[in-house]
Amino acid sequence: MRKTLIPWATLLVAVAVVSVAATSYYLGSTTKGRLIVSTTTSLYDTGLLDTIEIDFETRYPIDLNFISVGTGIAIQHAQRGDADVILVHSPTDELKFLTDGTGVNRKIIAYNFFTLVGPETDPAQIRNTPTLEALARIVEAGRNGTVKWVSRGDNSGTHSKEKSLWTAAGFDPKNLTKESWYINVGSGMAETLKKADYFSAYTLADTGTYLKYSKEGAITLRSLIEQEMDLLNVYSAIAVNQTLHPSVNFQGAMTFVKYLTSDEGQQVIEQFGKEEFGQTLFYSAVRLLKGNTNPTIAQWIREYAYFDDTECPTQYRKGYAELYG
Amino acid sequence: MAAEIVEGLLKALQLIFSGDPTVVEVTARSVLISGSATTLSVLWGLPIAAAISLRKFPGRFVVKGIFNSLLGVPTVALGLLLYLVFSKSGALGFMRLLYTPSVMIIGQAALITPIVVSFIANAIESVDPEIKDLAKTLGASEIEASVAVMKESLNGIALAIAASFNRAIAELGVALMIGGNIAGVTSVLTTVIALETNREPTPELPIAWTIILLIIVFAVNITINFIRRRKT
Repeated sequence: MRKTLIPWATLLVAVAVVSVAATSYYLGSTTKGRLIVSTTTSLYDTGLLDTIEIDFETRYPIDLNFISVGTGIAIQHAQRGDADVILVHSPTDELKFLTDGTGVNRKIIAYNFFTLVGPETDPAQIRNTPTLEALARIVEAGRNGTVKWVSRGDNSGTHSKEKSLWTAAGFDPKNLTKESWYINVGSGMAETLKKADYFSAYTLADTGTYLKYSKEGAITLRSLIEQEMDLLNVYSAIAVNQTLHPSVNFQGAMTFVKYLTSDEGQQVIEQFGKEEFGQTLFYSAVRLLKGNTNPTIAQWIREYAYFDDTECPTQYRKGYAELYG
Repeated sequence: MAAEIVEGLLKALQLIFSGDPTVVEVTARSVLISGSATTLSVLWGLPIAAAISLRKFPGRFVVKGIFNSLLGVPTVALGLLLYLVFSKSGALGFMRLLYTPSVMIIGQAALITPIVVSFIANAIESVDPEIKDLAKTLGASEIEASVAVMKESLNGIALAIAASFNRAIAELGVALMIGGNIAGVTSVLTTVIALETNREPTPELPIAWTIILLIIVFAVNITINFIRRRKT
């Protein structure tokens, strides 16, 4: 009997070892050759990053791994050393990320605009009013019980933008969250739009994600505010400092950042969705800033997303001087 | 809504039978990861279960109590804990396993170990204790008598393994938090369902994925039931 036990035990061990080893091997289990990109949800939800991945991987032997979490969490991941590069859109958070020593070689890669969306009937009557005035009207209507507001509530770039807009409009976002018409959903951009649609509420969205879901008929909310500086949305790529986290794939990160800012990368960004939506979702920022093709918007970007008159102050740069030529 | 589900069902069948590479890949990854996690947890869970159900040692009720109370551990709690451990700044960060299938196997194995241990221990304990005494009076050693008892409880053990596999393949928290749902690397059925529901404008695709997941879970249960029927 003891003899019969041994083969069974051996078999069990063998099966377990083989299955774990084979699965790990087959599915690929090292982080080598991988580039982990923690990213804002808007770039991912629209499908832009899928398109970028296909083009990038035909050019370079690097496997792009996207983790779609929102700007706040993306920065936290990077600070723990769990990401190689981040794609984010919140200049104030980005500056903190540079000054705490985690981020290096920031490059602005694209821009578009946020927009205030709400029900077609627009009960708060914000259509074509300036943003801050529109927010004041939403608060008033909300307190009267006629409208609702949906907030991302996830410390994402869009959420930061929302909070700064409330502050600029003279409200304390912390107090607003306690009011009953203000719904905190703690979700990514696409899910937040769907929830706002469900509640027939107003919300702040990036144009890219809004257009995608609106054109596909997933939401009936309307974009009610035109482009203006208060609603500018600027996307940047920032590599993680190798001195701080020696195991990050810094070279891979910089290859990716260089690709994103190259003519090819910028072309992919600008062309994305044009055919499907009849409109550009993300505008190329590199050519605009270099060639000054649209001085007004270039100036807005400089005022909104530059630190000390540059995308990345020299003390936060590490090699790759050609990026800032 | 009924129309959506029917449409989703049709789309699911279409996806499954068209041999769509993403569907095959994600389904295979789910089965491989959760299957490996199950074998791994049986590897260490079976001896523990045998020890606490057949041996009388001080503190065995405490050990049993611990495994019983871990049965209901929330997957997000375990996911968060494992994320902090395997994060590069964490205790095991040097292994660089975060966001790999390997760490998902470890995580799911940890998640289902209490199920393996508690269910198998219960199965063994529910066998008539006289069998062990009978075996001993027939001249069997302690180990031989234990094996005889475990053979009697094979039914319960099979059920425990099936339940563990189902919990592993159906859980979201661990897979999402330490796997990261990276397309082509760590995306499994549950994480794809969660992501696509948020991301896809129409619900057909998530419904299709859900149906595939349900088919797997039911198939495992039916197979196990079939084996148990034949045994008795």
